Amino acid sequence: MYAHPSIETKETQDIASSSTPHIQIKDLNVHIDGKHILKNINLSIPNNSITSIIGPSGCGKTTLLKTLNRLMDDSKGVEINGSVLVNGEDIYAKDAEVTHIRKKMGLLSQRPFPLPMSIYDNIAYGPRIHGQRNKKVLTEIVEKQLKNVGLWEEVKDRLDSSATSLSIGQQQRLCLARGLAVQPEIILGDESTSALDPISTQTIENLLVELKKDYTIVLVTHILRQARRVSDYIIFVYNGEIVEFGKTEDVLLNPKNEITQQYVKGFIS
Amino acid sequence: MNIRLIKDLLFKRISASLLLISVCVVLLIIIGLSAKSIPLLENQNLWEILTQSIWSPLKGNFGFLPFIMGTIWVTLISLIIAVPLCILSSVYLVEYATDRLRNSVLPLMNVLAAIPPVLYGVWGVLFVVPMVGQWIAPIFGVNASGYSVLSGGIVLAVMIFPIMVSIIVEVLKTIPQELKAASLSLGATKWETIKKVILKKAKPGIIAAVVLAISRAFGETIAVLMVCGNIPRVPQSIFDAGYPIPALIANNFGEMMSIPLYDSALMFAALLLFVIIFGFNLISRIILNRLEEEA
Repeated sequence: MYAHPSIETKETQDIASSSTPHIQIKDLNVHIDGKHILKNINLSIPNNSITSIIGPSGCGKTTLLKTLNRLMDDSKGVEINGSVLVNGEDIYAKDAEVTHIRKKMGLLSQRPFPLPMSIYDNIAYGPRIHGQRNKKVLTEIVEKQLKNVGLWEEVKDRLDSSATSLSIGQQQRLCLARGLAVQPEIILGDESTSALDPISTQTIENLLVELKKDYTIVLVTHILRQARRVSDYIIFVYNGEIVEFGKTEDVLLNPKNEITQQYVKGFIS
Repeated sequence: MNIRLIKDLLFKRISASLLLISVCVVLLIIIGLSAKSIPLLENQNLWEILTQSIWSPLKGNFGFLPFIMGTIWVTLISLIIAVPLCILSSVYLVEYATDRLRNSVLPLMNVLAAIPPVLYGVWGVLFVVPMVGQWIAPIFGVNASGYSVLSGGIVLAVMIFPIMVSIIVEVLKTIPQELKAASLSLGATKWETIKKVILKKAKPGIIAAVVLAISRAFGETIAVLMVCGNIPRVPQSIFDAGYPIPALIANNFGEMMSIPLYDSALMFAALLLFVIIFGFNLISRIILNRLEEEA
């Protein structure tokens, strides 16, 4: 057996104490249909950096990501205990209001899922539901966010055409822009490049690295090389537990735990 | 040759010819109806038949407008009642209901769809007709018997409800969870997500369900016939009696065949019905196929 890692180790304390973290997870336990999926998760995710969650399939990494913006609520048979603090506010508190929690976090899913509307309306969707009606302001937001993800030059002449007419790489960038338009503080990526070609993947990765100065970014990935390329910190999850958490080079090059070593070397996947 | 191979070949040939026969039946119906309609069409031109509102077979007047309008009124009323109801019920079943509720309601829909139309007719006569005559009409200050296009529409709405709900539920189930998650993660409420994303994405499928329901409503005969009043006049209000095309055929076929052109007129009515329903089915099939290709 591997040791139960805990937030109290010296190293993670250093990470956490750099400034008040956006996201803190305390004693989180998730059961799905009676199965214990996440076990005693304690974690502080560093601000303004990219943290990758890695681990073998089915280890609970996507579940961990989805508990951060309460998207697990929607699945059936899910039981969540413990607390997740976002800016000090417990999002699993009884009186927590879920829409403003989700608004704080942009989600980039495995495959791009553009909303069934035009390119313009995809970006304007978020600001609109949060009460922005001013056409001029909306147009400014659309332009700014499309420029932010490097899509503006490619689509500026066809903002009214359907979002599904874009290539899959463009769609993923559109989805990122759509998430940024509601001014989140955190970006969550769930294997966001797994459906993309290498060039689009690189574009998205570069974007994320650029965005980390303004956002706290958490990515789930099963590609170790991607984790190494983009992330500052790595969380290794195995069987629903956090086995190792630390700076990228420490976890990948000098893993302390035997299971992490085996995973990093490719003996388990 | 081996007896097993002969059996195999025989089975293939027999099933092929049986299929051919059933296809032929459809073709024969079309040919038969067209051939029998020709005498009427030789006597009056098509436009006159479809737009004149005087129906007196004894005098040789065969104006189909009352029947066409009767069918349209009844169908429209049933859609106005059933479509919003079906959409909201389906949304509730897919997005809000527990698995247990959904798994008990959907089979119930199949049972409802299997109830013989004549039972709906009896229910209409005993319940809907008095309700329309004694409750709804007085609210609008109308004196009516209750045998009306409104009663027909209500009965039809109940009849098309199960088929529409089953199809719309299937359509809603095909919408990917991630698309909903995309909208929710932007801070949209569930209702905003349903209204702006789910229903929008489901629109072609919902249209196909409605079109299929229309063709069912157009063809429904006995239940509508029992509550509609069956007076060959163009209805002016929802409390007026109407006379849909299927009721015309069912009520009169076999009687008064001595009147010249009468049977030809009824055959023309049947052909009209056939063409309309065939068209609607074709449209909904095309929409659903396109939807499956996209999915």
